[in-house]
Amino acid sequence: MGAEERANREVKVKVNHLTKKFGDLLVLDDISFDVEKGDLLCVVGPTGCGKTTFLNSLTKIYDVTSGEILLDGHPADPKKDHIAYIFQGNSTMPWLTVEQNVAFGLDIRHTPKKEKQELTDRYLEIVGLTKYRKYYPKQLSASMLQRVSIARAFATEPELLLMDEPYGQLDIELRFKLEDELVRLWQMTGTTVIFITHNIEEAVYLGENIMILTNKPTTVKERLANPLPRPRDIAAPEFVQLREQVTDLIRWW
Amino acid sequence: MKKKHINAMEWSCAVASIFAFLCLWHLGVKGDLGRLMPGPGPVIRMFLETLFGGRIGSCTMAVHILYSLARVMAGYFLGAAAGVVLGLAMGWSRLVEAVFSPLFRIIRPIPPIAWIPISIIWIGLGEDAKIFLIFLASFCNVTLNAWSGAKSVDGDYLRAAQMLGAGKGQLLFTVVLPATVPSIFAGLQVALSSCWATVLAAEMVRSSEGLGWIIIAGMNNNDMVQIMTGILAIGFVGMLLSMIFRKVETRLCRWNKSDS
Repeated sequence: MGAEERANREVKVKVNHLTKKFGDLLVLDDISFDVEKGDLLCVVGPTGCGKTTFLNSLTKIYDVTSGEILLDGHPADPKKDHIAYIFQGNSTMPWLTVEQNVAFGLDIRHTPKKEKQELTDRYLEIVGLTKYRKYYPKQLSASMLQRVSIARAFATEPELLLMDEPYGQLDIELRFKLEDELVRLWQMTGTTVIFITHNIEEAVYLGENIMILTNKPTTVKERLANPLPRPRDIAAPEFVQLREQVTDLIRWW
Repeated sequence: MKKKHINAMEWSCAVASIFAFLCLWHLGVKGDLGRLMPGPGPVIRMFLETLFGGRIGSCTMAVHILYSLARVMAGYFLGAAAGVVLGLAMGWSRLVEAVFSPLFRIIRPIPPIAWIPISIIWIGLGEDAKIFLIFLASFCNVTLNAWSGAKSVDGDYLRAAQMLGAGKGQLLFTVVLPATVPSIFAGLQVALSSCWATVLAAEMVRSSEGLGWIIIAGMNNNDMVQIMTGILAIGFVGMLLSMIFRKVETRLCRWNKSDS
């Protein structure tokens, strides 16, 4: 993407001087950046660098100490804005069936019945769980549960999708599968995605843009565009080169 | 197929162990003990004879059982309803918890039967006093479990719902309440047996019908067979109650069972 084209794109998320302290502990130190509409931004950083704090501040789970997070120019508010969040662990509701879980966000937003059914069916199909719609989460494997969360998030057709190491606990093969699924959904829907991970390869595989954070107190170290064509080949020399570049940026000590 | 085998095994063991117990009982009262303790024959005969036909006191065994059950059910459901509401409220709101938990912590360890004298003085000798005692037995157990259940709802569920745009009320009814159902059921189960114990105590103090009355009247008449018959009935009805309870629980908490 050329610089000019990039300048033309609408800014979806604007983070201004975001600072978060827990008591005296400075966790986020004056972070500012923009995310364009339709971007798939991967945020990487060393373990314990405050990635999750950063997302939680973004979604108002924590109050920020100072600074602001704007979504389309107004302060982000999960009650009004369509934001979806996919966690690292399983966050499906165990008392609901797969189908009811996927429809959960739609129920909360009082989506009309017919539309709800259509969206639920469509996303169940996309993540390949139509056959399991009547199952309860306890009867599913970890990767299937994560797919339920993904379907639940996409079914609400979010303007902004936040993913916090969603595949951290899955084995490599499943991770590849779900990463491809995410890219496909992202291309299909044009949703803006912020994807947090500590896995550099994952970041280079998924991201349109890659943002590298420093250790605590966390600031933005570097931001790279990732021009590699999709589908990406993790063994290609360009891929390896970019991965090395990101690795060097993280290994700052 | 495999399940059927297990069922058959369980059933035959159940029959065998009960039969063995009756045999031991029968043999055990052959000697001197027989003067203080009736054998299983007369007890079972009395139970069956009085169940619908003959009378103990003023009514048949079935009616005595119904009296006790009606008292239990009235107090049980009132107490459970109040307990669920208070327990959820305490688990949900720090303020409600701060206001009610000190009182609750003092009242909860008091066994319901300790209230018998007070309840008679306050409410009188009628049904209301018994229902009040059973209410307490049910209320305390259900409140405690609903409270701790609501407090320990996994934060990820709440966060997920919040992120999907749920407001406070929606969080309470779409996340906290369903997540607490298994704890509430655990409380309801303890409450049921506690209520069953309480109704007997209440009836033993003052009543003219019910299973507790059968035992106390048997003691006053020196009728060991009647006492044992009452005890048999208590065990039998208690077992039926918990079987019914478990069926209902399995239905409502299906999601909480790993497989089947």
